[in-house]
Amino acid sequence: MPAFVLLTIMTALRVLSRNRMRAGLTMLGIVIGVAAVIAMVSIGQGARAAVRAQVASMGTNVIIVLPGATTVGGVRGGQGGAVTLTIADGLDLKKRIPLLTDTGWARRDVLQLVNANRNWNGPVTGISPSYLTIRDWLFTSGGPFTQFDLDSAARVAIIGQTTVENLYDPGEEPVGSTIRLGNVPFRVIGVLAPKGQSAQGADQDDIVFIPFSTAERKVFGTHFLGSVGALFASTERSDDLIEAVEEIRAVLRMRHRLQPEQADDFTIRTQVDIGKIQEGTSQTLTVMLFAVASVSLLVGGIGIMNILLVSVTERTREIGVRMAVGARRKHILMQFLIEAVTLSLVGGLIGIVIGVVGARMTTIVAGWPTIISLDAIATAFSFSVGIGLFFGLYPANKAARLNPIEALRYE
Amino acid sequence: MKILSRIRVSSGSMDNADRLSQSLAKDFMRSLIHCEDLWKVYRVGDVEVQALRGVDLAIGRGEFVAIMGASGSGKSTLMNILGCLDYPTRGRYWLDGLDVAGAKPDELADLRNRRIGFVFQNFNLIPRTSALENAQLPLFYRGLSLKEQRAQAGAALERVGLIGREHHYPTQLSGGQQQRVAIARALVGSPAILFADEPTGNLDTESSREILAILERLNREDRMTIIVVTHESDVAAGASRRIVIRDGRVHEDQPTVQQSSVPG
Repeated sequence: MPAFVLLTIMTALRVLSRNRMRAGLTMLGIVIGVAAVIAMVSIGQGARAAVRAQVASMGTNVIIVLPGATTVGGVRGGQGGAVTLTIADGLDLKKRIPLLTDTGWARRDVLQLVNANRNWNGPVTGISPSYLTIRDWLFTSGGPFTQFDLDSAARVAIIGQTTVENLYDPGEEPVGSTIRLGNVPFRVIGVLAPKGQSAQGADQDDIVFIPFSTAERKVFGTHFLGSVGALFASTERSDDLIEAVEEIRAVLRMRHRLQPEQADDFTIRTQVDIGKIQEGTSQTLTVMLFAVASVSLLVGGIGIMNILLVSVTERTREIGVRMAVGARRKHILMQFLIEAVTLSLVGGLIGIVIGVVGARMTTIVAGWPTIISLDAIATAFSFSVGIGLFFGLYPANKAARLNPIEALRYE
Repeated sequence: MKILSRIRVSSGSMDNADRLSQSLAKDFMRSLIHCEDLWKVYRVGDVEVQALRGVDLAIGRGEFVAIMGASGSGKSTLMNILGCLDYPTRGRYWLDGLDVAGAKPDELADLRNRRIGFVFQNFNLIPRTSALENAQLPLFYRGLSLKEQRAQAGAALERVGLIGREHHYPTQLSGGQQQRVAIARALVGSPAILFADEPTGNLDTESSREILAILERLNREDRMTIIVVTHESDVAAGASRRIVIRDGRVHEDQPTVQQSSVPG
């Protein structure tokens, strides 16, 4: 039997090479379909990996608590519209919830930043000492605040890469220099390693950090001492996030004296949620593109079926002869199935090559990240074989069921 | 009336049974082809066409038989059934002692593969496939190794005088040469019977003579049983026995003049 299969494959290849143009056109649908699948999956996976990297840049296992909206007579303010979170909340959360490894807080405002003759408008964030560790910020030079800086509300600042680029000449060392935030002079004590875009697309490196106490007392001013723009907390393991979120909610509701029927006056987010939204978007895109590719594969399969039906009709006499010299039905069936699979397989292989090249070109030309996955290639490969089998079965069966006498007499 | 007709029918079948047992005793064991009361009935819409109406036939090993008859006489239908390409509607057929009428399609395919060779009027070579590969075809379905296929097909082409043309395509060969490839394909598997359906119908006189000479030689030298279906009497002249089919029945069955020259 293996000799038979081998010879049938050789026969199929010869039959196909006789009609190169026709075979090529027949394969085109499969080629496009497979190439599309490979390219789509590569782009989709690249996008998802990029999202994952962005989410990871928020810090690992971070929980963010934002002040909720105020509701006055049914009119709801926007998120963060109310001053509902305080430093005391943050400290109490850490004390009451052992799952949390640390809590921190921050408040931000946009100020004019001035260094000598350059200026820039950027966000300035007053932070608690733990904030930098929770968010996984690293330094390229200098270092973090000291407890003394916080206690004394020292005028010291840590700046991000974008800020450096906008306030300093290339090669100039920011650490040790003095910049003005608003009208207050600050000494730069650290420069942060770049993080790139956040999951929402904001530039995370356009940042100036100052001690929370300094921000509150000397820069922003405040109506309520101790109110924060956001609370941050972290857990040891990402599996603990959901439980920690529930405990935070319970503690805050209790501290804010919320009745059971009242809604939360705060919003809790984890980087898992944010990542899910982003991945969801890219997944929707992937699914849609996959649907398009599937249609293309389907059309390719129908093309193969069509050509095989033509081929069966054209070669009716040949089938009759083969039957007359002793071909069993399964021999005829296999001959046409192998032809179908050969068509779809060769088409699939060409499609894989085009898809991989296409994905690479996307990266080079459009700058989109792509990941060429072996899974996608294997799937496309087996898919094309499957299509050949599926769409070859009907014509092959038609050929195998021919009556030898009628087939021999066919003109 | 009904009873009477039933009796008549049953007595008729008694006759058949008697005939069967007689012929069984006579030639069943040495017959290559043995058929009893073969019927073939087609339905074309509402019309019933009786192509064969009770053919009894026995053909022995090594015979050279010409089956003759006008078009529509049923001779092609008979050849299709004898060649295991079709089933009879009624009747029994043993080929080499094997019950053909009761065989499954795959068993028929194997019978054709091992015991029967076909030569057709229009050659029926597979296009754009070399003479050698055409001749290999029955061995291919027999599952032989490529090497053996080539060796035997080459030998078969040699027997029909086509050395040096192994790698020619059918379009590069004359009609006579194509028919010789077809004969090589028919005999490559050493079948018991070679069926030739109007083998010279598409050939000029010279080529026809060559083809008939090859068939006669195969019969004489290799003792191959040959059944030629034809309506040309000069084709039938080479045969040792002539069977004329008319209206789906054997009308005439007699040895030809040259019978004495054929042993057996």
